Amino acid sequence: MNQVAEPIAFTPERQKRVDQMIANYPEGRQKSALLPVLHVAQEQWGWLSSEVMDHVAKLLDIQPIEVYEVATFYTMFHLDPVGKNVIEYCRTGPCCLMGAEDVYSHLKQKLGIQAGETTPDGLFSLKEVECLAACGWGPVFQIREKYYMNLTNEKVDSIIEELSQ
Amino acid sequence: MSKKILLEHAHIEGIETFDTYRKNGGYEALEKAIKTMSPEAVVEEAKKSGVRGRGGAGFPMGMKWGFLAKPEGVPRYLVCNADESEPGTFKDHYLMKTIPHLLIEGMIISSFALGANKSFIYVRGELMYVINILQQAIAEAKANGFLGKNILGSGYDLELVVHPGGGAYICGEETALLESLEGKRGNPRNKPPFPAVKGLYQCPTVVNNVESIANMVWIINNGGDAYAAVGVGRSTGTKLISASGHIKNPGVYEIELGLSVEEFMNSDEYCGGIRDGHHLKALVAGGSSVPIIPANLVYKTANGEDRLMSYESLSDGGFATGTMLGSGGFIVFDETACIVRNTWNFSRFYHHESCGQCSPCREGTGWMEKVLHRIEHGHGNMRDIDLLVDVAKKIEGNTICPLGDAAAWPVASAIRHFRDEFEWHVKYPKEATRPGAVYMGEAELV
Amino acid sequence: METKPDLLKITFDGIEVEVEAGTTIMQAARRIAEADASQGHLVPPAMCYYKPLEGSGGKCRACLVKVAQGSAKDTRPMPKLVPSCITMVQDGMVVENVTNPAVLEERKAIVEFLLLNHPLDCPICDQAGECHLQDFAYEHGSSNQRYEEERRTFEKHDIGPYIQLHMTRCILCYRCVYTADQITEKRVHGVLGRGDAAEISTYIEKSIDNDFSGNVIDVCPVGALTDKTYRFKNRVWFSKPVDAHRDCDKCSSHVTLWYRGEEVIRVTARKNEWGEVEEWICNTCRFEKKKTSDWIIEGPTKVLRSSVVSANKYRADTVKKPDFALRLANSQYKPIDDSRPFITDEETVRQLSIENNRKANERSAFENTEN
Repeated sequence: MNQVAEPIAFTPERQKRVDQMIANYPEGRQKSALLPVLHVAQEQWGWLSSEVMDHVAKLLDIQPIEVYEVATFYTMFHLDPVGKNVIEYCRTGPCCLMGAEDVYSHLKQKLGIQAGETTPDGLFSLKEVECLAACGWGPVFQIREKYYMNLTNEKVDSIIEELSQ
Repeated sequence: MSKKILLEHAHIEGIETFDTYRKNGGYEALEKAIKTMSPEAVVEEAKKSGVRGRGGAGFPMGMKWGFLAKPEGVPRYLVCNADESEPGTFKDHYLMKTIPHLLIEGMIISSFALGANKSFIYVRGELMYVINILQQAIAEAKANGFLGKNILGSGYDLELVVHPGGGAYICGEETALLESLEGKRGNPRNKPPFPAVKGLYQCPTVVNNVESIANMVWIINNGGDAYAAVGVGRSTGTKLISASGHIKNPGVYEIELGLSVEEFMNSDEYCGGIRDGHHLKALVAGGSSVPIIPANLVYKTANGEDRLMSYESLSDGGFATGTMLGSGGFIVFDETACIVRNTWNFSRFYHHESCGQCSPCREGTGWMEKVLHRIEHGHGNMRDIDLLVDVAKKIEGNTICPLGDAAAWPVASAIRHFRDEFEWHVKYPKEATRPGAVYMGEAELV
Repeated sequence: METKPDLLKITFDGIEVEVEAGTTIMQAARRIAEADASQGHLVPPAMCYYKPLEGSGGKCRACLVKVAQGSAKDTRPMPKLVPSCITMVQDGMVVENVTNPAVLEERKAIVEFLLLNHPLDCPICDQAGECHLQDFAYEHGSSNQRYEEERRTFEKHDIGPYIQLHMTRCILCYRCVYTADQITEKRVHGVLGRGDAAEISTYIEKSIDNDFSGNVIDVCPVGALTDKTYRFKNRVWFSKPVDAHRDCDKCSSHVTLWYRGEEVIRVTARKNEWGEVEEWICNTCRFEKKKTSDWIIEGPTKVLRSSVVSANKYRADTVKKPDFALRLANSQYKPIDDSRPFITDEETVRQLSIENNRKANERSAFENTEN
């Protein structure tokens, strides 16, 4: 890493949200806010570096290892830098019954990358995930908060096109 | 049209907003409960209704509430389990995004009944857009005096917190969910003590599924006895079924328990039948964890009785010839589905989602996945099939939480009913691994 | 014998014992063995449970037992096997352990599960000989192996100047995590990842620098956390344990010194007969005081149940060897003489090894001419 070291801090708007989250839980149980705060951190920095996690630990007054333990347990957190759009596609049974495997191989071909990789322009990353609770509307993938459902090769093309603009 | 308890107003434009929901009778149950009933009376109605936990285990909700310890001076918590991640299940996702206020109202009534002043809705983190919908609904309810301090002038205070998960199926297990809510890894706890005695922050806690809690609104409006009159036998009320797979109309349907499987599968009101030109091969009736059954056991039980959508009928025949209602994830397979590939897929899911705490599940799920991967990809041995059965048997029932069972059942049942298909993969690996190859052999199609 | 009102009666493998309320089945079994050493084999194995560590247990499933009768009031059996280390005794409970074939069958499976991803590198592992997994596998495992897939592997790495982590050997018992949580102020290592990809780690290379960090070595049931000052120095069965203490301002300093000849090669905390440390020791005592003159010697350690230091551990009458193994041993190996004296005099050891080398050379020279 050859980034210029800058102090890690949430933007004022996000810091306000984080404070609210911590206040949601009973006195002394501020550790409960860990998952919500990590989501906000990922929203701001794109991924969770150890510096970011240390910052979160300080905010919640817990040991850094407690944050690492949690961040590595849950699959939504990116522990390495990722592209601008992380396409998280569901690989579980019901989606596969709807022809998901073909759609995903088209997607991989279109982007020229495999799961876990990022396109050279940094626009897209692919991530294989398990069931997204949208089985009747499969195949399905998720980019940030948005669900893209009932995917076909054509739909995938237009989504990629749109996001490449 | 059959009875609608949860989705009666789902089709109404704008039902996700407070105003429309209120106009359609929303928050009347809450008013009734808080103004005219005691918390004990609400619990009594829940008991009378016989409503069973809709998350998969099917444990009577009123009874669960009755177990809640009530020591003096210790807060009690209600936690709503909205960590829906079971493959094949997407009913809570649908319910929350369509009628968020139904869950919020149910939460307030249930919290009132249990004497909780702070309640949580644990939603899986992937559904961030649903979390935003719920936050919005909570803000509206608060602005209208149904939530917050001194609700409707009754002196009862309640704060509702929506907590996002982080991507872990295991957090659907109630004690893992509580650990996660405490900001820890989602490792299930050893039981006893049960959450009713020592749950969230070591305080008495009730954890209920979204659908179970949403049912409370109708139960309060119409009475527990009226709810118990819907459905069949000990399967009272209605159930949301998430239908997916090779059917004409995948989606979420509300059915009265006791509807026949045949009608649910083939009626145009529901699944609309198997997609054109194809035949039913197998069914997973309650989410990926429950045993898979072949076509000849779908519409009729082994005794020749009609198979109904109810807890009892679906599990008729035990593991030999039955399955389970589970969380209502109705996954249909037609003859183009490869059972071995699907079993491997499910097995991979459980391997990926095992928390890694106890040895049978941590090691066993990975082992099964690797063996199934070999068989599916043409490197299997005949002895692998019996090995899988044995490993599944050694995991089942010996783990901290039910994930071990959930991982073992699909494998054991697939081999029980489709052994010839596994053998075919071993005997003719080249043929079996050809893209699109499906074994037709002895499987009976309907 | 009449039951006192505050005592609960439990029947464990047919043996009745009375215990206080709040006792676990495991503790009741240990009570039986403490009263009658010949019943030691009845005690369920514990790979993750560690009495001094609060919250430990219930994870490895090695100690599963069958509860044939829940209590005198509710005589139904429990539907599943239960972990004896965390299941409380009820009055009138009937527990089947080695008397239930299903329990033994499951234990065999647990051995198999624990060994799936274990490297079985006992020949080069410092823990060999005092390894709980070795004992567990020896006592409950089966001799064949059905796992044909790839094992997970990790690079070994140092966590701090004194401790080396071999993650490949780890069975994820969480004991070291509890130890760090409960006896040190700041935990810097933990379990990362999940499922069978979970690992003990500090995430970013950090050293565990804490006065009591060395205790994680003692609680580790396998050779995953090893003492770097002892690494590859010896096999445990060649060393001689001696109890000692010193004047230490940080800990009780009740330790066991492990001698090879006149040299202290290792210092550990004292373990009770269940392999548990009751008095933690500090790093100064453990890693830095390796001269006899640092210590006040109390006398030879009472040798542990789980230690091969006791020459009788694998004695013929304590171990049932299968017939085929005995025949094989008779035809191929010369018998081991357990009555040999324990030699600590270095000069004698040197002479013996020269003698052994000479014999070995002669043998191989003879075999070479044969070919």
